[in-house]
Amino acid sequence: MNMATHSHPVICTSGLTRRFGDKVAVNDLTLEIDRGEIFGFLGHNGAGKTTTIRLLNGVLSASAGTARVLGLSPWRDGPALRQRTGVLTETPALDERLTARQTLRTYADLYNVTVNQVNHRVAELLELFDLSERADERVGAYSRGMQQRLALARALLHDPEILFLDEPTSGLDPVAARQVNDLITTLSREGRVIFLCTHNLSEAQRLCDRVAVMRHGQLIALGTPAELARQVTFSAQLSLEVAPEQMAQARDILSHTVPMSAIAATETTLTATCADREDIPDLLATLVSRDVRVYQLYLHEPALEEVYFKLQDTEEVTA
Amino acid sequence: MNTRAIQAIIRKDLQVVTRSKAVMLPIIILPLVFFVILPIFFVALIPSDGLPAAQPAELEEFLAQIPVGLEQEMAGYTDTQKIVVFMLVYMLAPMFLIAPLMVASVIAADSFAGERERKTLEALVYTPTTDLELFTAKMLAAWIPAMIVALLGFIIYAIMVNISAWPYMGRIFFPNAMWLVLVLWVAPATAALGLGTMVLVSSRVKSFQEAYQLGGVVVLPVIMLVVAQATGVMYFNITLVLLLGTVLWLIDALVLGLSVRTFQRGEIIARL
Repeated sequence: MNMATHSHPVICTSGLTRRFGDKVAVNDLTLEIDRGEIFGFLGHNGAGKTTTIRLLNGVLSASAGTARVLGLSPWRDGPALRQRTGVLTETPALDERLTARQTLRTYADLYNVTVNQVNHRVAELLELFDLSERADERVGAYSRGMQQRLALARALLHDPEILFLDEPTSGLDPVAARQVNDLITTLSREGRVIFLCTHNLSEAQRLCDRVAVMRHGQLIALGTPAELARQVTFSAQLSLEVAPEQMAQARDILSHTVPMSAIAATETTLTATCADREDIPDLLATLVSRDVRVYQLYLHEPALEEVYFKLQDTEEVTA
Repeated sequence: MNTRAIQAIIRKDLQVVTRSKAVMLPIIILPLVFFVILPIFFVALIPSDGLPAAQPAELEEFLAQIPVGLEQEMAGYTDTQKIVVFMLVYMLAPMFLIAPLMVASVIAADSFAGERERKTLEALVYTPTTDLELFTAKMLAAWIPAMIVALLGFIIYAIMVNISAWPYMGRIFFPNAMWLVLVLWVAPATAALGLGTMVLVSSRVKSFQEAYQLGGVVVLPVIMLVVAQATGVMYFNITLVLLLGTVLWLIDALVLGLSVRTFQRGEIIARL
């Protein structure tokens, strides 16, 4: 893989907009994505995710705004850019009358894989995606999961620097989905950018360094899952492990020092919801100053799914 | 131009097409009817011992309608031979053009509208090929088989005509110069016309069947040529065929120019 080392963002958009008649599919999108990042792109159907992938690959032109991908203009340098990106489309987009081997050979030629490397690369990917045994069967006879694996193999043929994945684990069984997720992590460690569109929010939380949430073509939130959690909720649920003989004292401090609700206790652990996470350092300082021995303090971040729906609901109300 | 990518798309499209019954059946059946069954059928209509000396009035009338120019070209033939030559060399000449036209149209419908219907075009547009390379590859993937069918059909037709008419002609009389111009100059232009029309039609419909049915109207001018020839309004001679080819190539330039402009990946993907 040819990956030049530079500090510029690999993907950079500013005010990127695409209209289809009166409908605005992507509206004023400004993003920067760095090398090696797994970037989650979330949103309901029709939020503008697929259109953004098309714009960033120079397949669609922009109505307004700018974009640079790998230092290239998607619209001026489309073919050169697409030589360095791989795209897994939402549907596998496979010719069902071709075999897996024919499919990969065709696309190896289209992606300019070195001629004497084609057979080796095709065999390698068939093996990696567990398709070798049925490589000469027509794709129409494949299960949805096998087709998805083949489409993923096709996207990787030319060792792309950026991989755009639209629902990569859709249709896969849990084992295959896990393999794909492991592969995504491995590819990212090699320095590739993974641009991941998914409806699977737990997958996004597990894999993504940062996520963007889109709604009706508009970017409504951007950051790490933890940052987004803080954007939508100021409260924080915490668990506090203290010495068993100091439980009553700790509970008393908790209920009187800062606004707390729903305090519950087990033998050694207190759980409570703190109205403002900014109060937690003060709380901890008070506990320590009163000689409460704190063994562990754990802050429960809300799940990305919870954050996502809260964001969408908030925007819905605003709209 | 990335010729490797163009070859890859052509190879892929041909692999896909040859595995589709909906595409292959018309490609096989139509040439079989035109190039094998029709010449045998026409010759079978003529009595094995030739036309009777006392000819029916209808036949007299038919022979009298043969244009003067064609009469001169057939000078020296007996009445029976004139009928054979008129039917096999001149009457069927415009019908020959249906083969490349139809083969090109069917494959192009599958390649453009069919591929969009199957959503396989999306993967192609994300490759590093340019719009022009994609367009060229898809055109050639339909034009090359159309020309192969036309040339093979012509060879088979030549063999069938000479064999089936041997009892009346007693010599190899086919092809003549007009047919060579028809095959090498007009047939390629006809195939290109079918392609260009189908690209334009495919950009406005959603399925292979719709494209095939709508694009089928391109065959009407050829049918008109057949009717004009049969009714004696005109007949195919070398001058007319050369002129016809030239006109077709000019129309092709216009239609293909429009098609290239229609075939933009942004337009294609926006319609997926």
